Amino acid sequence: MSALADLLPLAPQLAEATRETLLMVAVATGLAVLGGVPLGVLLLLTAPGGLAPHRVVHRVLGLAVDLGRSLPFIILLVAVAPVTRAVVGTTIGSAAAIVPLTIGAVPFLARLVETSLREVAPGKVQAALSMGARRRDVVRAVLLPEAMPSVVASCTVTVVALVGYSAMAGAVGGGGLGDFAIRYGYQQFRTDITLVTVALLLVVVQLLQQLGDAVARRLSHR
Amino acid sequence: MIELSSLVKTYPASGQRGGRPGRRGARRDDAAAPGEPEAQEELRARQDRTAGARARRGAPQGVGEVRALDDVSISVPAGDVVGVVGPSGSGKSTLARCVNLLERPTSGRVVVDGEDLTAMGPAGLRAARRRIGMVFQHFDLLGSRTALGNVALPLELAGVDRRERERRAAELLDRVGLAEKAGARPSQLSGGQQQRVAIARALAARPSVLLCDEATSALDPASTAGVLALVRELRDELGLTVVVVTHEMDVVRSACDSAVLLERGRVVDEGRLSEVADRPGSPLASRLLPPPPPAPLREGSALLQLVVTGGTEEPVLSALVREHGLDVAVVGGRVEHLGGRRSGHLQLEVLGGAAERAPRLRAATAALRERGVLVESAP
Repeated sequence: MSALADLLPLAPQLAEATRETLLMVAVATGLAVLGGVPLGVLLLLTAPGGLAPHRVVHRVLGLAVDLGRSLPFIILLVAVAPVTRAVVGTTIGSAAAIVPLTIGAVPFLARLVETSLREVAPGKVQAALSMGARRRDVVRAVLLPEAMPSVVASCTVTVVALVGYSAMAGAVGGGGLGDFAIRYGYQQFRTDITLVTVALLLVVVQLLQQLGDAVARRLSHR
Repeated sequence: MIELSSLVKTYPASGQRGGRPGRRGARRDDAAAPGEPEAQEELRARQDRTAGARARRGAPQGVGEVRALDDVSISVPAGDVVGVVGPSGSGKSTLARCVNLLERPTSGRVVVDGEDLTAMGPAGLRAARRRIGMVFQHFDLLGSRTALGNVALPLELAGVDRRERERRAAELLDRVGLAEKAGARPSQLSGGQQQRVAIARALAARPSVLLCDEATSALDPASTAGVLALVRELRDELGLTVVVVTHEMDVVRSACDSAVLLERGRVVDEGRLSEVADRPGSPLASRLLPPPPPAPLREGSALLQLVVTGGTEEPVLSALVREHGLDVAVVGGRVEHLGGRRSGHLQLEVLGGAAERAPRLRAATAALRERGVLVESAP
């Protein structure tokens, strides 16, 4: 096939793009978990009827999270450019793309985590309180362990979303598979390159989803 | 020793509260109370008649609020098993949850073993809660832990080191008969086994009080009997003071020393089970010893309903026949074991008792009463 032969010279670039995508997604996911899980816990605790109800904090956090989630990622990408420059020193490249990716993923994951934690039977929390547990004990010993399979599933959804976002980050010079598809496929009218890239993205997403499912299954004792 | 004095618990009539799953319907029941003056009057009248019931304080009822508990005062002596009964929405679960302040009463005092929990700060309250074990209707074990891990949790929260808490948890699992299930997850256990694990968990921190909130309501009869027997045994061994919240009178009959009847947030009746039979017609007696339904009688017959109590060893039937010249037939009866006494009803058909032998029946009834045999009805 001549098409395949045409693609071969681009293989190193494709490999490099894949590496960039995986790097962006991995780092952004790590940071999103570090930010999103505590934020989700805080959203749950401060909710009315929660363990530490606080109307103002809950409203402010909720508003910030919903703002972050409702903003189209491509807008967010541009809007946080000053932040990116301040943190990374540049707005171009994979490292720079990690900043908007993280900012986009934190609120997304926070809501998912909040929902996961909400699923924990209130009776289990009550039981822990009846044993003299502090709030932090309840979070550490009851809420997080009991919701862990669901939290892992939430993280999986976030990773997959991040793969999609990272392709958009490519459009503003973030590198990665999205960037590759646009530069070599779309702009040079090479549909075959676009298709190969899409197929590669599909494989990446599938692998991540299966990994997430496997971990969640292991943690679930139902 | 648990002393609850003048507990009032109100909720806003609207708006959501957390932490009390599946109770919304019950709250609506409570909300109906202020709108039914006749029921209130009837309740108050009944309360006045009841020996142990406290006088109502007359606290003003706020507009748009629901009263789950309305001036409830109860004293449970150390080592007693008290049953808290009542229809759903009567506030019995709220009452149990006020003992360890899972629900903080709007007013009133909660004193456990001489300590006033209502006056404590957060740290003091957490320490006090470790001395009050609690088991729940749906067990509420953690699926992320093994049976052993669940039992060890209260010890972990109390800062007991790992080896000691595992030793103690294993010992407790052994005590509740589940030593071989230490490594099992809750989902691998039956309901009765899960509740046994929950009891072991509740006792891990060596409490002096055990609260059972509908602990057997989700169990089949055999598991219920097993769990209740275990609670009784543990009470005997450890001298626990036990509060059993239930809507099942059978649970009270088989496990309790005394009972408190709640209706619409108020104590309607209370007393020791061994004495309930001596008060036929009282709210507790009519629930714990319901009279059998009236049997169909022959023409001219009268129904004589005797209350059977463990103290009554009188040869009642032969006295009726010999001394009063009556012919009787047994048409119904029901005997329960209440607080270590046999208690119940015996229904006799007195032939001609509603006709030519009515005077003899009256004389016989009076004589029986004189001998201390309680006669509930003699039409």
